[in-house]
Amino acid sequence: MAKKTIIPTKTPMSEQPPAERIKNYDEVPYGYTPEQAIAEAKRCLQCKRPFCIEGCPVEIDVPGFLQLIAEGEFQGAINLIRETNALPAVTGRVCPQEEQCEAVCALCKRFESVAIGRLERFVADWEAAQGPLPVPELPPPTGKKVAVVGSGPAGITVAADLARMGHSVTVFEALHEPGGVLVYGIPEFRLPKAIVRRDIDYVCRMGVELVTDFVVGNTATLDELLEDFDAIFLGTGAGLPWFLNVPGENLNGVYSANEYLTRVNLMKAYLFPEYDTPIALGRRVATIGGGNVAMDSARTALRLGAEESLIVYRRSREEMPGRDEEIHHAEEEGIQFHLLTSPVAFHGDGKGQVKEIECLKNELGEPDASGRRRPVPVPDSNFRIPADIVIVAIGQSPNPLIPKTTSDLQTGRRGTVVVDEDTMKTSKRSVFAGGDVATGGATVILAMGQGRIAAKAIDEYLRTGEW
Amino acid sequence: MNKILEKEVLSDVAKLMVVEAPLVARKAQAGQFVIVRVDAYGERVPLTIADYDREAGTIVLIFQEVGKSTMQMGTLEAGDELVTVVGPLGHATELDNFGTVVCIGGGVGIAPIFPIARALKEAGNTVISIIGARTNEYLFWEDRMRAVSDELIVCTDDGSYGRKALVTEPLKELLESPGKTISRVWAIGPMIMMKFVSLTTQPFEVSTIVSLNTIMVDGTGMCGGCRVLLDDGPQFVCVDGPEFDGHRVQWDNLLSRVQFYKEQEQVAVERWHEKCKLDEVS
Ligand SMILES: Cc1cc2nc3c(=O)[nH]c(=O)nc-3n(C[C@H](O)[C@H](O)[C@H](O)COP(=O)(O)OP(=O)(O)OC[C@H]3O[C@@H](n4cnc5c(N)ncnc54)[C@H](O)[C@@H]3O)c2cc1C
Ligand code: FES
Repeated sequence: MAKKTIIPTKTPMSEQPPAERIKNYDEVPYGYTPEQAIAEAKRCLQCKRPFCIEGCPVEIDVPGFLQLIAEGEFQGAINLIRETNALPAVTGRVCPQEEQCEAVCALCKRFESVAIGRLERFVADWEAAQGPLPVPELPPPTGKKVAVVGSGPAGITVAADLARMGHSVTVFEALHEPGGVLVYGIPEFRLPKAIVRRDIDYVCRMGVELVTDFVVGNTATLDELLEDFDAIFLGTGAGLPWFLNVPGENLNGVYSANEYLTRVNLMKAYLFPEYDTPIALGRRVATIGGGNVAMDSARTALRLGAEESLIVYRRSREEMPGRDEEIHHAEEEGIQFHLLTSPVAFHGDGKGQVKEIECLKNELGEPDASGRRRPVPVPDSNFRIPADIVIVAIGQSPNPLIPKTTSDLQTGRRGTVVVDEDTMKTSKRSVFAGGDVATGGATVILAMGQGRIAAKAIDEYLRTGEW
Repeated sequence: MNKILEKEVLSDVAKLMVVEAPLVARKAQAGQFVIVRVDAYGERVPLTIADYDREAGTIVLIFQEVGKSTMQMGTLEAGDELVTVVGPLGHATELDNFGTVVCIGGGVGIAPIFPIARALKEAGNTVISIIGARTNEYLFWEDRMRAVSDELIVCTDDGSYGRKALVTEPLKELLESPGKTISRVWAIGPMIMMKFVSLTTQPFEVSTIVSLNTIMVDGTGMCGGCRVLLDDGPQFVCVDGPEFDGHRVQWDNLLSRVQFYKEQEQVAVERWHEKCKLDEVS
């Protein structure tokens, strides 16, 4: 066989130039054209033993869909992805591909991997451009009722899968809009909300009932819901923001990333005063943390008009948990990185408003439990960073509201709901859980993967009655 | 969607609405609150549940027109709808027979203190209530409060009705009066009033419960925007409260936090007034 010449690098995807995009909320990358997609898909070696499938938490048949794209069979490609992934337009944009499918791509040994994420996004967007998705034929109703709590990626996946199996599903959502972090957390310039709305609309067209403004634990307890439903899936995410617990953190101008992003994304504070919810505009905004949430916050601050936007992170660039693309985009947009730096206090201006962050310099020590090198503070290295807005983006854990108001629901480390990972069963009969509520803050694709496992187990439980 | 069934103007600054919210009414207890959105552009506004009727599936909301959102809400009439009414949120008032208790309502705070006073009375307490406002026009529900209190003291800052005093004055007298052992005090009203009630009771070591109305977004513990600094660290008002021990609250931090969006609120109010004027001409 003639030796195939491989193009060494990914087909580039055009993007809004940094200087322009920091003035708007439009999506940054434009996506591939059909020609670009076909060229990129042809880079795939079609390995006999494709590691990329194992590298995907929902085991998408990657070589299969790449082959179809290479042949110009876009409909076939998206159908194949949809067999295991209900939100391809979302995951194509937000998955950490460089740690998953693309990390194990055979090309990686010598070249850049195939741009699997961009191609997933391409076919998902192509599908959307063809008009609304036809609703699949549903089996006759089983007569079983399932309540799904939370409308993030985990809940949406479970609802879609169970509806497809003929069960009657009601989704309860605390906020006034469904979508979870996809709607209130991840900004428009990274994940346009119209995409999320379209996917949720599809699930509703499959007959899933959506009840917003319903806080389980308050409006009704889990035990009360069990009187009306045969099974419950908890997909309530990890919505409790962590703070540093250092002096001055309650000063005005110190936000949690959750609050900052929710005001902007869900409440549309960037359109104030057309929308009622305000947000404080800083000239010098400092975000503490090094993950996706921190990048989203720092980049949002720029778009709100901050003259300077800073990231303050306690380890080095290497250890940053955010997606490569997000960190790269943040750097391009001129965000300043203050690395190996840990805040120890916030200082005010004497009128209750934050003015400076007192920090310590760190050195890297031995790796910790996460495998990343631990930051070790240098004694007496205190210095101050001026900032008029501070955003704390150092992580989050599950909200204790439901465990607190439910009998026999076991929780573990940092408030996660304990589950059997093969079935997503909790300690409480008829109650399943998955996504961030079970794992702690993780990823969209892991939440969906657990949702799929749960849906299968729920179906089995509803059919057999065996716990 | 939640339909407004009745509307009543209580005073120059306070309005009452009976709102259809069966899911909230089913579970509501004294001390809890809801979050309301007026329309699709609206912010999420926390309002205390002033009363509820489980059978009718309705709740009573009372609000003061302090910002754009509440002004807009004030223009709604019976038959109109609120896009969001979610709850009941927060913890209910801790009820018990404490002995003799004092319930203080200042201004629009008279509304949320009423169900608490009523519940405390039903729990067997001797209830002494103090209600106060800047001036007579801002007072309401005197008769209702009287009906659930063993003793009612009414005061106004300017003396236009009842006693000319701040609510802390009769409170101090009660605390000093040798014949009375006050076991607990509840105070709901302007932040500054709650602060001074707490300072008044502190030397007497009488446990004082205040209901904090901080700036909120979600109301479920997701954003931390509502946080209050207590002596031993921060807490989230929406899920850990809204009632707190007034002696542990760091009042000055709280007073500055509730002022954080003052400038933006001013902009929104001016824009609202302009819109109202335009609506009048067109
Ligand atoms: C700013 C930000 C950026 C991120 N970026 C990425 C990224 O680029 N890539 C990636 O893979 N992951 C990213 N993540 C993580 C990812 O969003 C989450 O892992 C994922 O959304 C978890 O899904 P979930 O369904 O478990 O929960 P969530 O998306 O958190 O949804 C939970 C839903 O449940 C609702 N709920 C909670 N409690 C109740 C209750 N008591 N009653 C009713 N409803 C309730 C919530 O309101 C919410 O809508 C990011 C997270 C954030 C915050
Ligand atoms: S209002 Fe968001 S945590 Fe309390």
